[in-house]
Amino acid sequence: MLNEKLNLNPKIFDEDVERIPIRKGFGEGLLLAGDADKNVVGLCADLTESTQMHLFARQFPERFVQVGVAEQNLVTVASGMAAMGKIPFTSSYAMFSPGRNWEQIRTTICYNDRKVVIVGSHSGISVGPDGGTHQAIEDIALMRVLPNMQVFSPCDAIEAKKITLAIAKTKEPAYIRLAREKTPIITTEDTPLELGKAEVFFAPPMNAKVGVVATGALTHKAMVVAKNLAEKGIAVKVLNVHTIKPLDQEAIINLAKEAKAIVSVEEHQIAGGLGSAVAEILAKHYPVPQEFIGVQDRFGQSGTQDELLEHYGMGLSHIESAILKVLERKNNPQV
Amino acid sequence: MLTLDDQKIKFLEETANNIRKSIIESLIEAGSGHSAGPLGMADIFTALFFHIMRHEPENPNWQDRDRLILSNGHIAPVLYSAMAHAGYFPIEELKTLRKFGTKLQGHPHREYLPSLENSSGPLGCGLSQATGMSLADKMDNGKSSGKQFYCLMSDGELEEGNVWEAAMLASKERLQNLTAIVDRNNIQIEGYTEDIMPLEPLSDKWRAFGWHVQKIDGHNFESIIGAVGQAHAEYSKPSVIIANTIPGKGVSFMERKYEWHGKPPSREQGLEALKELRTLEGKIRSEHE
Repeated sequence: MLNEKLNLNPKIFDEDVERIPIRKGFGEGLLLAGDADKNVVGLCADLTESTQMHLFARQFPERFVQVGVAEQNLVTVASGMAAMGKIPFTSSYAMFSPGRNWEQIRTTICYNDRKVVIVGSHSGISVGPDGGTHQAIEDIALMRVLPNMQVFSPCDAIEAKKITLAIAKTKEPAYIRLAREKTPIITTEDTPLELGKAEVFFAPPMNAKVGVVATGALTHKAMVVAKNLAEKGIAVKVLNVHTIKPLDQEAIINLAKEAKAIVSVEEHQIAGGLGSAVAEILAKHYPVPQEFIGVQDRFGQSGTQDELLEHYGMGLSHIESAILKVLERKNNPQV
Repeated sequence: MLTLDDQKIKFLEETANNIRKSIIESLIEAGSGHSAGPLGMADIFTALFFHIMRHEPENPNWQDRDRLILSNGHIAPVLYSAMAHAGYFPIEELKTLRKFGTKLQGHPHREYLPSLENSSGPLGCGLSQATGMSLADKMDNGKSSGKQFYCLMSDGELEEGNVWEAAMLASKERLQNLTAIVDRNNIQIEGYTEDIMPLEPLSDKWRAFGWHVQKIDGHNFESIIGAVGQAHAEYSKPSVIIANTIPGKGVSFMERKYEWHGKPPSREQGLEALKELRTLEGKIRSEHE
C-alpha cells in the first residue's frame, strides 16, 4: 500500500510506468537552482551532456567552467570558487569524481570546509555496456567516511531535481549520486522532500514483519517485491533513504523496532554502503537480523541493466529471497 | 604601487631576518617540522606580507584583500612567522607550533587559524584553488577586480599532475591576476629534484602551457618585487615567477642540504642557528652582491 500522505506516483506498479534517467532530474534542478541564485556555478570535466549539466551551461554560459578531462582540477578549482562565495556544482561520472579525486575532495573541500557539490553520474552497475571500469559501486562508501560531507542518493528523477534545488541552499559539502539508465518514476512533484528525512513509501495495513531500507532506483524494485509479498500475506514496509549521510536514525530505529528484521537494498558494494550505515546504527541502538542486497565484493562487466542486476544479485527474486531469509532468521534465531 | 627605496629594502631585510629567527625558535619548540623550505622562502614571504599584498591583518576578512594561497603547506613555519610579524596573531604564539590544541597545525588548517585562505598539505592542489578563486573573481567583476591571487608552490610539488591541470585551465581562462611563485630550491624530501624527477627545462614547460614566465633570485627584494610588478603588468595571461632560492638560507649548516627539508634543528643546533641569524641583522643580501 503506497503511503497516501506522500502523493507518490499512482502508476508506480503499472507495466507502462514512466521511466526517466535520474540524472535528468539533476539537470533540471541545477537549472532552477541557477535561476534562483546567481552564485550557483557549474563545472564539468568533458561530460556536460552525459551528466545533464548542459542545460545549465547553455542557460548560464558565463557561470559555467569546462575544465577538460581533469577531475582532480575539477574539484580543487571548485574549492577555490567556493572560497570566493560561489556555490559550485561539479559533475562527471561517479567513477572519476569522486572515484579518482578522493584526496582532493577530502583536503580541499571537506577539510577546508568549502561548500562544493560533487555530482557523480553513471553510478551503479546498471551503467551497463561500458563495463566494469565505468561502474561506480564504491562511491557511497568513499564519500560517507569524509567528515563534513553529506551524501544523497535519489530514487528517481523528480527526487533528484528536488534534492539538487535543496542542496544549493545548504552550507555543507555534498555528494549526489545519479544513474544513467531510465528508471521508474516513483514520486511526484507533490511528494514532500526534506533533506535528511527518510520516508516510508510502502506500508501494509498491519504491522510489518520485515523492514526494507532502500536507496536509489532499487527502491522501486523493493516496492514491487513488497507489494507481491503483501498479496501473499507477508507484511513488508519499504523506507526510501535519499539522504545516506546524515542518516535518519529515528526512522531506521523505528522500522527495526516494528519489524525486528531488516533488509538493506542498494546498487553498491555491500561493504561501506547504505547497508553498512544502517548496521552501524542498529548494532548500537536496536540490533535485529539484517540481510544485505548489493554487490558482493566483485567488479561488474558489460551487459544490460536487467542482466547485470540479475547476475549480481540485485533483482526482484534476490530481494524477495533476502526478505524471506531474514524473516526466517527472526523467527528461528538459532538457524 | 610597488616602488622601493634603500630604506625600505633595509626594513625588509631586517624583517626577513626576524622571521627567520622566529622560524628557528618555533621549530626548536615543536621538535618536528620543516626547516629548509621555510628559511629559503623567508624573503619572498616578507616581500609579500610587508610590501606587495594589500591586506589588513586586523581585518582578515576584508573582501577586497589580495589572496595568498600556500600550496606546499609543509613550509607553514614561514607562513606563520610572517603572519605573526605582520600582526595576525601574537608572535609569542609561534612557540605553540605543532602542539596539541594549537592554532598552528603542522600543516596549515583554517579551522584552527581562520585568517588562512586555505588549509593545505597534500601537494599539488594550491594552484587549482587559486585558479578557482581568480576565476570566481573574474565572473563577478568582468575583466579584473584589481584583486591579486598569489599561489606559493614548491618545485618538487610540480611533479604532481594536478598542477598542470590547473596550469592549462588558468591559461585557457587568461587569468591575468593570478601569479604563481615557485620555490626553486632544487631539493625535495629524498634528494635533488633533478635526480628524483627532472623538472628542467622548467621555464619552457610553463611557457608551453601559456604562462608568462620570469626567473629571479628569490633572495633579492628588488628582483622579487620587480617580478611581481611585471606579473601585474601582464594583461593577457597568468604569470609564474620561478624564484631561485637557497634551501636553509641564513643558517650556514642547513644551506643547500636536502637533509634539512623535513627535519627541525635540535635545541643546540637551533641556538647555533639563532646566533648566526642575530649577527646577520640586515646583512642577508642577494647572491649578486
